[in-house]
Amino acid sequence: MTKSHKKQQPTNIKSLPKTPTGITGLDEITSGGIPQGRPTLICGEAGCGKTLMSLEFIVRGAMIFNEPGVFMAFEEKTDELAMNVASLGFNLYELQEQKKVKLDHVHIDRSEIEETGEYDLEGLFIRLGHAIDSIGAKRVVLDTLENLFSGLSNEIVLRAELRRLFTFLKNKGVTAIITGEKGDGGSLTRQGLEEYVSDCVILLDHRVINQISTRRLRVVKYRGSQHGTNEYPFLIDEDGISVLPVTSLGLEKAVSSKRISSGIPALDYMLGGQGFFEGSSILVSGTAGTGKTSISAYFAAETCKQKKRCLYFAFEESPNQIIRNMRSINIDLQPYVNSGLLRFHASRPTLYGLEMHLVAIYKLIQQFKPDTIILDPITNLITVGSVSEVKSMLVRLIDFLQNEQITVMFTALSLNTVVNEQTDEGVSSLVDTWMLVRDIEHNGERNRGLYIMKSRGMKHSNQVREFIITDKGLDLVDVYLGPEGVLTGSAREAQQLKERTGVALRDFAVSRKDKEITRKRTMLESKISNLQAEFESVEEELNRIYYEDELKQQIMDKNRDEITKMRRGVKEDIPVKKKSNGRRSNKL
Amino acid sequence: MEDEVINYELRLYIAGKTAKSVSALSNLKKYCEEHLKGQYSIEVIDLLVKPQLAEGDQIFAIPTLVRKVPEPIRKIIGDLSNEEKVLVGLDIRPR
Repeated sequence: MTKSHKKQQPTNIKSLPKTPTGITGLDEITSGGIPQGRPTLICGEAGCGKTLMSLEFIVRGAMIFNEPGVFMAFEEKTDELAMNVASLGFNLYELQEQKKVKLDHVHIDRSEIEETGEYDLEGLFIRLGHAIDSIGAKRVVLDTLENLFSGLSNEIVLRAELRRLFTFLKNKGVTAIITGEKGDGGSLTRQGLEEYVSDCVILLDHRVINQISTRRLRVVKYRGSQHGTNEYPFLIDEDGISVLPVTSLGLEKAVSSKRISSGIPALDYMLGGQGFFEGSSILVSGTAGTGKTSISAYFAAETCKQKKRCLYFAFEESPNQIIRNMRSINIDLQPYVNSGLLRFHASRPTLYGLEMHLVAIYKLIQQFKPDTIILDPITNLITVGSVSEVKSMLVRLIDFLQNEQITVMFTALSLNTVVNEQTDEGVSSLVDTWMLVRDIEHNGERNRGLYIMKSRGMKHSNQVREFIITDKGLDLVDVYLGPEGVLTGSAREAQQLKERTGVALRDFAVSRKDKEITRKRTMLESKISNLQAEFESVEEELNRIYYEDELKQQIMDKNRDEITKMRRGVKEDIPVKKKSNGRRSNKL
Repeated sequence: MEDEVINYELRLYIAGKTAKSVSALSNLKKYCEEHLKGQYSIEVIDLLVKPQLAEGDQIFAIPTLVRKVPEPIRKIIGDLSNEEKVLVGLDIRPR
């Protein structure tokens, strides 16, 4: 049979049948669940969530996978158990009535028991067998089997019986979870249960670092299967346990070349005219009061304006505070909150550990499915973790967000202390776009300058822009670059004013000169006309003299003709003389 | 005296006729005849036949002897080979 299998699907031989736990994230880490038909050990210290995890395994199995389960409790009574998980929305009584779950409390009290002679645990086997058979269980949990050791003194018998128990479970074909308390020293469990359960061992841990507790989970061993070997943080909340499969192993992510506006046209212009890439990560860093939150609020408003969803994680201010403050710069976020496009999630960073924040963010994102998210500010997370921890958390977050194609904007406060400069640096190498808002102190006042330190994959401005916040909103203006250097704020305005004055003065001077020239022209023109008049009078004079001469000549000619006529007494010649007379007058 | 007759109500849980079960039953009968003659009743429950009864008396080891009456309930597990322990366990002999 194996041979025929081998020929058909060679990989099938290797793959181990698995039972999905239904616990968020755990199935991803174990790539499918815990080994089917075999026992799995969950161990850890008191209060790390062993019982809850195993109980969730049973409940999820019954509810999602339709696999009935038996929960055998050695510690808590069934009523207590039911009450404990009622807060998670699991109704154990109902499931029991539906024959999907069977709870059995094994009460072992040393004071009630006397041991004489030889015995075995056949009674337990019968009980368990009966419970399994009565509901056709596929899943079994034995919650803290080690209680047997405290109730019974014959360890040799117990150990032999434990071995028999695991064989019994395997023969029954049930997928079992056995819980065990962490022992002293290097051993995983107090009674060395791990030597009986060799297929899969999951270690739970509950650590307190800097007064902040974080639950973590690690798959110590998983025979016959690949599994994530890291420590994964997990969260217990109203929905049960969620484990965060922290890192995607590769960098093979889909990328988008679509752009998304920052909400500030001038800023978009600096970013190649179109804004950020969709699914990219943006860091806005700056000193206190430089308007980082305002930039992110603009971005949030812009997202909502385009009917997209935005999730705003506020680590510093309460949502109402942000909404009120943003009204002063002409953004009203309230309508977006009402319409469900914008959701705020405000929590103090110190509320829980870094990993928990990550899990909480992860869960909310899965729930709300936003297009953009804002973390304001990430700097505060430093209070609950070291720089490298924050960085690793952000790497994972960015990883996750890029897979989901969610644009993220972080704001980071940078003080001039060493630690925070490190944060800046640590994060800035990860992000796609880094904007820096800086105080420019000059001339007794403080102004904001915005730089784009980097922006991957787009042409971006190398200019420093003055970032101004007015009651009409945010804007960027070019800083003044004059002979006196870079000027901002009122110095810039003064310089501009000065230039305007200069222009006015020059204009005035020019117009005065113009007038002078006009005057001169009129003067010259009048002189010219004078001369002209003079010339005319002279000409007239000349003409007159000439005319007089002509007249004199005519008269003289006439007279001579008259005289000649008189002397000769000839009348025929007269017309000839008349002719010449006419010619002369014409000439004149 | 009449009260004492019904004073001891004992229940022995076994799982099939194993050597331990058989010796436990014979040991029990012997002690009872010796010390509680006429004051006891023994009920033998085979869990292979009635597995559902195991939960009620919180049975996990086999064989288990349960003293139902007089109260408080007492349990003795094992093949009852140590007479002294059995008698003390059943409060027949003071501790």
